Amino acid sequence: MASPREPEPPSETRRSSDAAAYWRANTRLIAVLLLIWATVSYGCGILFIEWLNRFSIGQLPLGFWFAQQGSIYVFVVLIFVYAFAMDRLDRRYGVEE
Amino acid sequence: MSALASLPVQASGMDPTMMWTSIFVGVTFTVYLYIGWRNRVTETRGFYVAGRGVPAIANGAATAADWMSAASFISMAGLISFMGSDGSIYLMGWTGGYVLLALLLAPYLRKFGKYTVPDFVGERYYSETARVVAAVCAIFVSLTYVVGQMKGVGIVFSRFLEIDMWQGVVVGMVIVAFFAVVGGMKGITWTQVAQYGVLIVAFLIPAIAISAELTGHAIPHIGLTASDIAQKLNAIQTDLGFAKYTEPFASKSRADVLAITFALMVGTAGLPHVIVRFYTVKSVRAARYSAGWALLFIAILYTTAPALAVFARYNLLDSLHEAEITSVETIEIEGEASELYHLARPDGAGGSTPIEWATNWQRTGLISFHDVNGDGRIQLDNVDGHFAEATIDRDIIVLSTPEVARLAPWVIALVAAGGLAAALSTAAGLLLVISSSFAHDLYIHFVDPDATEAQRVRVGRIMIVLAIIVTGWFAIHPPGFVAQVVAFAFGLAAASFFPVILLGIFDSRTNREGAISGMIVGLAFTASYILGNKWDIMFAIERPADWVAPWFARPWFFKISPEGIGTFGCLLNFIVTFTVSRLTPPPPAEIRRFVEDLRVPRAAE
Repeated sequence: MASPREPEPPSETRRSSDAAAYWRANTRLIAVLLLIWATVSYGCGILFIEWLNRFSIGQLPLGFWFAQQGSIYVFVVLIFVYAFAMDRLDRRYGVEE
Repeated sequence: MSALASLPVQASGMDPTMMWTSIFVGVTFTVYLYIGWRNRVTETRGFYVAGRGVPAIANGAATAADWMSAASFISMAGLISFMGSDGSIYLMGWTGGYVLLALLLAPYLRKFGKYTVPDFVGERYYSETARVVAAVCAIFVSLTYVVGQMKGVGIVFSRFLEIDMWQGVVVGMVIVAFFAVVGGMKGITWTQVAQYGVLIVAFLIPAIAISAELTGHAIPHIGLTASDIAQKLNAIQTDLGFAKYTEPFASKSRADVLAITFALMVGTAGLPHVIVRFYTVKSVRAARYSAGWALLFIAILYTTAPALAVFARYNLLDSLHEAEITSVETIEIEGEASELYHLARPDGAGGSTPIEWATNWQRTGLISFHDVNGDGRIQLDNVDGHFAEATIDRDIIVLSTPEVARLAPWVIALVAAGGLAAALSTAAGLLLVISSSFAHDLYIHFVDPDATEAQRVRVGRIMIVLAIIVTGWFAIHPPGFVAQVVAFAFGLAAASFFPVILLGIFDSRTNREGAISGMIVGLAFTASYILGNKWDIMFAIERPADWVAPWFARPWFFKISPEGIGTFGCLLNFIVTFTVSRLTPPPPAEIRRFVEDLRVPRAAE
């Protein structure tokens, strides 16, 4: 991969600032997804479960549904959303394998 | 091969369930052995990380089989069934960790690209001490875990094939030894893919059947949500004097539910046998998708289990409460005389239908009745949190479902094969971690760093055999504390590996001093809390009554149970690691470059 004629200082710094931007975008995405992760599990499934239980989904109390069904569905979706979003991010910053 | 050889002898003159069980166990074991043989390896890369050639979806299935143990398969639905709403601690706790793994750990550890978790800890923290601490933790966590798996194999064998438990353990050991020794991680991975198939089919068929029977919906998730089954269960629970099934915090406080859920999630993400699975995929990208597939495959069982828990509990209460006792005979269970109740359900038109599954399962000792008030009927009212006239083991929820739903004997046999698949796949993954920690992290690294490829693989194989023998011995002669050690495994993983690996990736300022002190403080705090709460149970010592002074009343710390203390061990580890790192010299420049390189999927030029 190493090309002998191109180790110019500007491209080197651009590359490292690119890497920093890539990492910032990645950590921002992680923060958003983990916020959703915590909201459905600790929020809907535990902290606000009684309040949500006043509503129902089908014939099941909503808080109970989040605690034993919904949160798990959301977890699966979150991981695939992250994988898709990172594919795009990798391509945009040209760091894909 | 030994399982096969003994089949014809066992198959003669037995009931259809046992015949089918023998056939299923024989066929699935042959398949596992064949896959192990097809994937035999000769190199370190193949032995420890399956040559890094496992496709994302296959690794997902293997991770799911690795993760879902005999306990997930046999005991979890029953546990939830008896806990009601608070059973969510296991459902969310044992799935939510995969989000942490996928977002925070797996891609970066794959980029790191060595063989074990102690490899990462040792290299990132430029410290042999850190490597040894990590290796010892990995061995301890995995060993405590695997003993339960081997015991699970023995239980399934003894229950379904009526052979002694120790014989079952030995058969399980031989099978695991074969495909793990010959195939290493590669053999284990592809066997686990097959085992996932067996265990998920075995779990779903009875669940679908009972859902169709009780709710009219074939898909259990829809049956649970769309039908009025939960409301009917709530009504029965209230009638019998129990809390409503969907009522939260009936058995645990909100703080405890929070702490346990978090500890299990973080512990999941920190368990070495789960983490190393992500070393086996082709790329960083594959590691991300692989975590998604793994959780999807796990979620199929984990979202079915709570539905099964509701159906089975409803059926149990509905059919057994006020059941008529038609006759009582005396039988021998495990050498003791017990009463066997023949029960029947009045059909309202003067006749009655016998409840055959209840009769069958009394023979195993998992369920027993006692007509305390002598009225010729069984009452299940709440008396101090127990059923008035029945003792019911939680495991019966999954094990008896096929009979309760009146399914064919081959389905019951399939459940046995599924339980064995769950136990064997988890055991194999754990044994590989134990062997790699000894062979790769300790022996090769410190004793014989110049070993050739062939020698490295040979040491790994010898270690697997030794680990299997030690595990088998513990499974047949379990120390008293085995049942208590799950709290340990998750607590220690949460308090040691997770914070140190996470900070190692996301905070390049974290240094050797911080990581080592964080691990030690986190481990010491967590271990001493669990020991302090459970020492009498673990070592079978009687706790003096006068110890139950206010400050010794268990559990001590904000009434957090030992299962949840990993949450605080983990936070403590974070705080200590972060603070000590800032007060001591920064890591060397090459470590900062190492961290920068971890963060980018493409290999450095």
